[in-house]
Amino acid sequence: MTTRVPTMSELTASGETPEVLFWVGCAGSFDDRARKITKAFVKLMHHAGVKFAVLGTEESCTGDPARRAGNEFLFQMQALQNIQVLNGYGVRRIVTACPHCFNTIRNEYPELGGSYEVLHHSQFLNTLLREGRLKVEGGSFRGKRITFHDPCYLGRGNGEYEAPRELLSKLDAELVEMKRSRAQGLCCGAGGAQMFKEAEPGDREVNIARSEEALGTAPAVIAAGCPFCNTMMTDGVKHFEKEGEVAVKDLAELIAEAADL
Amino acid sequence: MGVENILFIVALAVGIGLFARQVRRIARNVRLGRDEDRSDRKAERWGVMARVALGQGKMVVRPVAGIMHILIYVGFVLINLEVLEIIIDGIFGTHRVLSFLGGFYDLMIAVFEWLALGVVVACVVFLARRLVIRIPRFKGREMTSWPKRDAVYILLIELVLMGALLKMNAVDQLLQERGAEHFVKAGSFPVSSWLTPFFAGMDTGTLLVLERVYWWAHILGILAFLNYLPISKHFHIILAFPNTWYSKLEPRTQVRNMPRITEEVKLMMDPSADPYATPAEGDGAPPERFGARDVQDLSWKSLLDAYTCTECGRCTSECPANLTGKLLSPRKIMMDTRDRLEEVGRNIDANNGTFQDDGKALLGDYISEEELWACTTCNACTQACPVNIDPVAIIMDMRRNLVMEESRPRPALTTMLTNVENNGAPWQFAQSDRMKWTEE
Repeated sequence: MTTRVPTMSELTASGETPEVLFWVGCAGSFDDRARKITKAFVKLMHHAGVKFAVLGTEESCTGDPARRAGNEFLFQMQALQNIQVLNGYGVRRIVTACPHCFNTIRNEYPELGGSYEVLHHSQFLNTLLREGRLKVEGGSFRGKRITFHDPCYLGRGNGEYEAPRELLSKLDAELVEMKRSRAQGLCCGAGGAQMFKEAEPGDREVNIARSEEALGTAPAVIAAGCPFCNTMMTDGVKHFEKEGEVAVKDLAELIAEAADL
Repeated sequence: MGVENILFIVALAVGIGLFARQVRRIARNVRLGRDEDRSDRKAERWGVMARVALGQGKMVVRPVAGIMHILIYVGFVLINLEVLEIIIDGIFGTHRVLSFLGGFYDLMIAVFEWLALGVVVACVVFLARRLVIRIPRFKGREMTSWPKRDAVYILLIELVLMGALLKMNAVDQLLQERGAEHFVKAGSFPVSSWLTPFFAGMDTGTLLVLERVYWWAHILGILAFLNYLPISKHFHIILAFPNTWYSKLEPRTQVRNMPRITEEVKLMMDPSADPYATPAEGDGAPPERFGARDVQDLSWKSLLDAYTCTECGRCTSECPANLTGKLLSPRKIMMDTRDRLEEVGRNIDANNGTFQDDGKALLGDYISEEELWACTTCNACTQACPVNIDPVAIIMDMRRNLVMEESRPRPALTTMLTNVENNGAPWQFAQSDRMKWTEE
């Protein structure tokens, strides 16, 4: 099945301007699990009639992992190239399903000449729901226990704790909080370029500790808002051999499923 | 003016003079760091200081420690008003010079006494947490002999000071009752009156001596404590205020930019730049090194952070790396930075004001690569810190040095960096495949 997704270059060629640019991100483009999140989010945008576009092959890594791995040169090369492309198209509004892309474009690009309104997909989906462009009623998640794992780069990093929870409240599910949540939420272990390296020696992996805490709430679903958290929590659930009972799902996937898309 | 007044003035001058010298030394050390402008958004900064330092806003996240801490904090700040009276009395040979305030003075002394009792209770609870209950947060690799003793000394000194104050008041009120010379009837003593039975059997001469002993013990104790602060974690009672004022106001996960690199990259990307141009005339100084190898390479704010740290360990107790047994402890990052900075300061003092290479550096001799690479930059530490210290800034600066100066990232990171450089993604996928997800 192919998904019809317009690119910025196509829209620009036909003289059109999208209302928002969807920044897919590297995980969202290449990672098998994260691509499902991308597709769920795209379905929701199509369903809501959002006129959006992606950069496609003109998109490149924001530079987040390079910067956090200490290579500022590479970060700035990535950033300045991306900014050149974004500014070239006159992009003003960006939505992304990755809190790391979100943080970098929102906070670190302005100093380098790239100022945009940047939204995490949970914020964007809430807007669509509030405007009535998207409607969701519980569906298959009614009454199920869902716990939300706060991504550090969305929560502590950028102070957004409510948007994901507001979205989840639309599912009529039973939202259960972990002991450490919101500002006190425990990291999944992937940030700061850890995703791309072996963990340093220790007693256990961070994602195992976090997954244990999440499983402690006896959830049917662990909700994530970041493709890297998603991978980490999925691996953690597998470690405890709970993948049969507990699903790890992105906010966009939950809403799309509830909307029967 | 009697001998006692002269002695007091000398003690006061020496005590304050020595303290000023130590403060100058610390200010000099902090200025060894690199420039970073933190003077913008002033109104917001006053707000952060009022909330976090003055209002102790982040302390109460842990209610027991938070409330006890507020007790000691309020006690110490207010009881210092009584110290003002002691200083005036000491200089001019007066006795309870503020007693003309009448009923208000009585109320003031009563409030101070209750607060002193509060401080005593809180200090006892804090000692119990460290010595009896042995809260895990106060342990750890970096909590060696001195940091542990330092914490206990501070609490004991506070107990001694409060004890002297209350005993002084107990003897004073007995002397007032007996109509001793100079002892005007002033003050109400709700707490120290519990202590009077211990002194009631003594003759007036002994009490007059004791009153002086406690009075001197209290003020000399305070002056000694003042000079203990700069060599102790307890300096946080002063630095908490400037440190929160200079807080990072940007979102926690925003990493500080390196403008020098921006210039170079922009030049690289500029097709009209002349590749053979000779560099602009500089002052001949070698270019600043990338990132931080030693304390002088860190921002001055990181150095102020290091002196402000009171080693409470809230950062480490929330650090995902530390919680899962990794070597990293954000508290240790701060303590190492301070210890190395002190070492560099002593080196400068011993060498007539210039630093002589001692073959050591913060990176390697104090903080290991393993610690630096364990950080997930989740900012649980900066969130937890009650005085807005930022260990992540130091970790990032040192990673930058490891990678850009030493070319020593972790091996898997080299692969990731190569991928980003070659195909614009941390994995080995071609940029031309970025739309493949639309075809499946």
